[in-house]
Amino acid sequence: MDISKIQNIGKINFNGEYTPDCVTPKSEVKMPSKVLPSIRDAIIATGLKDGMTISFHHHFRNGDYIVNMVMDEIAKLGIKDLTVAASSLASCHAPLIEHIKNGVITHIETSGMRGELAEAISRGLMETPVVFRSHGGRADAIANDELHIDVAFLGAPSCDVLGNANGYTRDESGATMCGSLGYAKVDAEYSDCAVVITDHIVPYPNTPLAIPAVHVRYVVEVEELGDPEGIMSGATRYTKNPKELMIAKNAANVIEHSGYFYDGFAMQMGSGGAALATARFLREKMEEKNIKAHFALGGITGQIVEMHEAGLIKKILDVQSFDLTAAASLMNNRFHTQIDGCFYAGYDYKGAAVNALDFVVLSALEIDTDFNVNVLTGSDGVIRGAIGGHPDTAAGAKMSVVVAPLTRGRIPTIVDKVNTVVTPGITVDVVVTDQGIAVNPNRPDIIERLEGADILLTDIESLKVRAEKIVGKPDPIKYKDRVVALALYRDNSIIDVIREVDEDEEE
Amino acid sequence: MRLRRTMMFVPGNNPGMIKDAGIYGADCIMFDLEDSVSVNEKDAARFLVYSALMTLDYSPAEIVVRINDLSSGLGVADLEAIVRARPDVIRLPKTEAAQDVIDCEREIERIEKEAGIPIGSTGMMAAIESAEGVLNAPEIAKSSKRLIGIALGAEDYVTDLKTTRSDGTELAFARGMIVNAARAAGIDALDTVYSDVSNEEGFLAEATIIKKMGFSGKSVINPRQIDPLHRLFKPSDKDIEKARNIMEAIREANAKGSGVASLNGKMIDKPVVTRSKYLLELAGLAEEAEEE
Amino acid sequence: MKIIKPAVAGTLESSDIQIRVEPADAPGIEINLNSSVKQQFGKKIIQVIHDTLEEMGVTDAYVEAVDKGALDCAVKARTAAAAYRAAGKEDYEWRVRP
Repeated sequence: MDISKIQNIGKINFNGEYTPDCVTPKSEVKMPSKVLPSIRDAIIATGLKDGMTISFHHHFRNGDYIVNMVMDEIAKLGIKDLTVAASSLASCHAPLIEHIKNGVITHIETSGMRGELAEAISRGLMETPVVFRSHGGRADAIANDELHIDVAFLGAPSCDVLGNANGYTRDESGATMCGSLGYAKVDAEYSDCAVVITDHIVPYPNTPLAIPAVHVRYVVEVEELGDPEGIMSGATRYTKNPKELMIAKNAANVIEHSGYFYDGFAMQMGSGGAALATARFLREKMEEKNIKAHFALGGITGQIVEMHEAGLIKKILDVQSFDLTAAASLMNNRFHTQIDGCFYAGYDYKGAAVNALDFVVLSALEIDTDFNVNVLTGSDGVIRGAIGGHPDTAAGAKMSVVVAPLTRGRIPTIVDKVNTVVTPGITVDVVVTDQGIAVNPNRPDIIERLEGADILLTDIESLKVRAEKIVGKPDPIKYKDRVVALALYRDNSIIDVIREVDEDEEE
Repeated sequence: MRLRRTMMFVPGNNPGMIKDAGIYGADCIMFDLEDSVSVNEKDAARFLVYSALMTLDYSPAEIVVRINDLSSGLGVADLEAIVRARPDVIRLPKTEAAQDVIDCEREIERIEKEAGIPIGSTGMMAAIESAEGVLNAPEIAKSSKRLIGIALGAEDYVTDLKTTRSDGTELAFARGMIVNAARAAGIDALDTVYSDVSNEEGFLAEATIIKKMGFSGKSVINPRQIDPLHRLFKPSDKDIEKARNIMEAIREANAKGSGVASLNGKMIDKPVVTRSKYLLELAGLAEEAEEE
Repeated sequence: MKIIKPAVAGTLESSDIQIRVEPADAPGIEINLNSSVKQQFGKKIIQVIHDTLEEMGVTDAYVEAVDKGALDCAVKARTAAAAYRAAGKEDYEWRVRP
């Protein structure tokens, strides 16, 4: 007998008289528990040390209390020099500024940033440049250990004592919910040590689940995870803004005649006003022509859910639920599935869902005449946005449609050169504004189909000229030499740098 | 022929709306110095609309400015500024009688002369907003060569009638009077606004009625009302095809030097030709409406 | 044209500019601008305010401007309205559009 092919089999017992060492006497068996009394206890238990990397998810959006609660405890314990690798940060995370000043945090990685923290970073708060990654890029970096996470602190609206965690609960408690925990799933799986922080411990097993107990080391119960208002809006409403509606109507017309609107198509819609409204106009066309989508991907809104429930979209792949309707649907609808960041947009992960998209509708802060898109820095050069899945979906989808008003107030959207390249122009196919539609010249197939359908097209240069004619030519933003942040592309190569803004008045 | 299916109201003291007024595709843009501007801001709105007309390009839309009526003491000051900024049309509110138009025209002509603008180049339209005005609609419509149309202003009118806006019964007489007076004078008739912006169904029902009555178009207060109205006024494919065939037959007859055109053995009457031309223009096919 | 009293025109709505014109403490035109687009358009806005005042014959004035992304034509209109209010005059010399 040759047992050399059987891995790690050890010694074979031939007579069945074997008593395993690992069995606990029945009288002593009890339900194990990973619950610790406080965040402080959990931090100590994880063995968190100076110089380590910790992570957070952004499923609680601008209502999140977790990041600030955990960082305050870490600071009290005197731990320093940490890297915070959050899936994204919001305005509510302004208290991080103090922790940076005190040396508790010395590096940040995130998808986005807004408010006071973002402004402080843009003005040179940190020595090491902040690293911005796309959702797909971050998921890959974590999975490949390019971004190693020592400890993940993951808020979850429901969890059992072993750490099976989810973004909702099926009991009648009326507890907080955030829907999908897609970005947190990656952190739980690949971090050395994951701590689930919940305000709602439920009986074992907490199924269905987002994060399985095998990926969780500790569980902590707290009073509140966040401000429910900030975590979720009741329902994402359709815009009434006539300009956004016009953009949306144009975008829906483009999609209808693009060649990618056929029975069984796959789509992703951003959550901006115009992108959302595009879904509404598209729905009318789907009903009119009896065309159904096979799946919808991405951040999911109530509008997508309504279409799913009306039988217009067969399946939903949900990495982040944007409103209560979406979260409730994830709970109730069998073909509304929670997916993780790698599944959604991973670049190395060859089966990423973004690659199965026919089209995606995306917003933009700036678009340049090379079709490069900026969603990260404002027209004044200050960080105020998030890369999100923008470059991932633009590259993956067969057609990417970027929707934006030609001007916002006095700021032109179509410019010679974007402040920060987040999504390279080569992956941007159609730009739809309220005052014209431009197709990337590298997509003659789309141009031909749209012209064939009598859709009036212009070129991106003309859009830029038109914007400048209205608002005038802006003076360029002044920057200092110092680099305050790096924008990474989905393969985690550096696509652009963000410099410190120079606001000194010249007299 | 100029299409006047939609006349979009833009409050004259709102820079944001003035900036974007051109992007929605309205046939006419009407900058308002009257009801949408509070008494204390009349001067500021006048400066703003003047300044916008001097610099911004709204082509191909027709530019209309609603001034304050002359009796308010503001109307002439409005004209001094606005006529020089050369809109296509000055809209006179609260027109009671032909004399109101004549008085306003006199001021416009004086300013045109002073400013060196070709006399008569400023068009006019009159809004009728009272029971008296409606009765005088025929004379008003014929009171000046500058008039491109007359319009119904329903809010003041129903108050004058001691009723309120409802299903349109209250406006039946005024609408009939105005559209008939306008057509008799060979000018356009424009219907009043529909203010419940979120009620698209009600808006379309009203628009359908006024289209059937013969109105050229309607005032709109929100850009969202433009597209539905243009769609409503768009002729059907079948009608377009018919009109094309008629114009084709006319061109053939003209080419042959024949005075009489016929289609499928039937002689084509002049009104049919006129209607076909109008229909093709509405369909955005003006080049096919030529007789030669 | 002499500025005799403080006066304001314009609002703090998006795409508008609020201009406050006051009699000057010192000779000349002094403009203090606060703008959401100062980096990109600050110089231009100050230039337009300055030129508009000069064109109307205002030589001495203190101007406080709070800009919310107004186009040049709105800057001009608000400046003119504020200055005329501040001068207590109504005899603006309208030009003819070419």
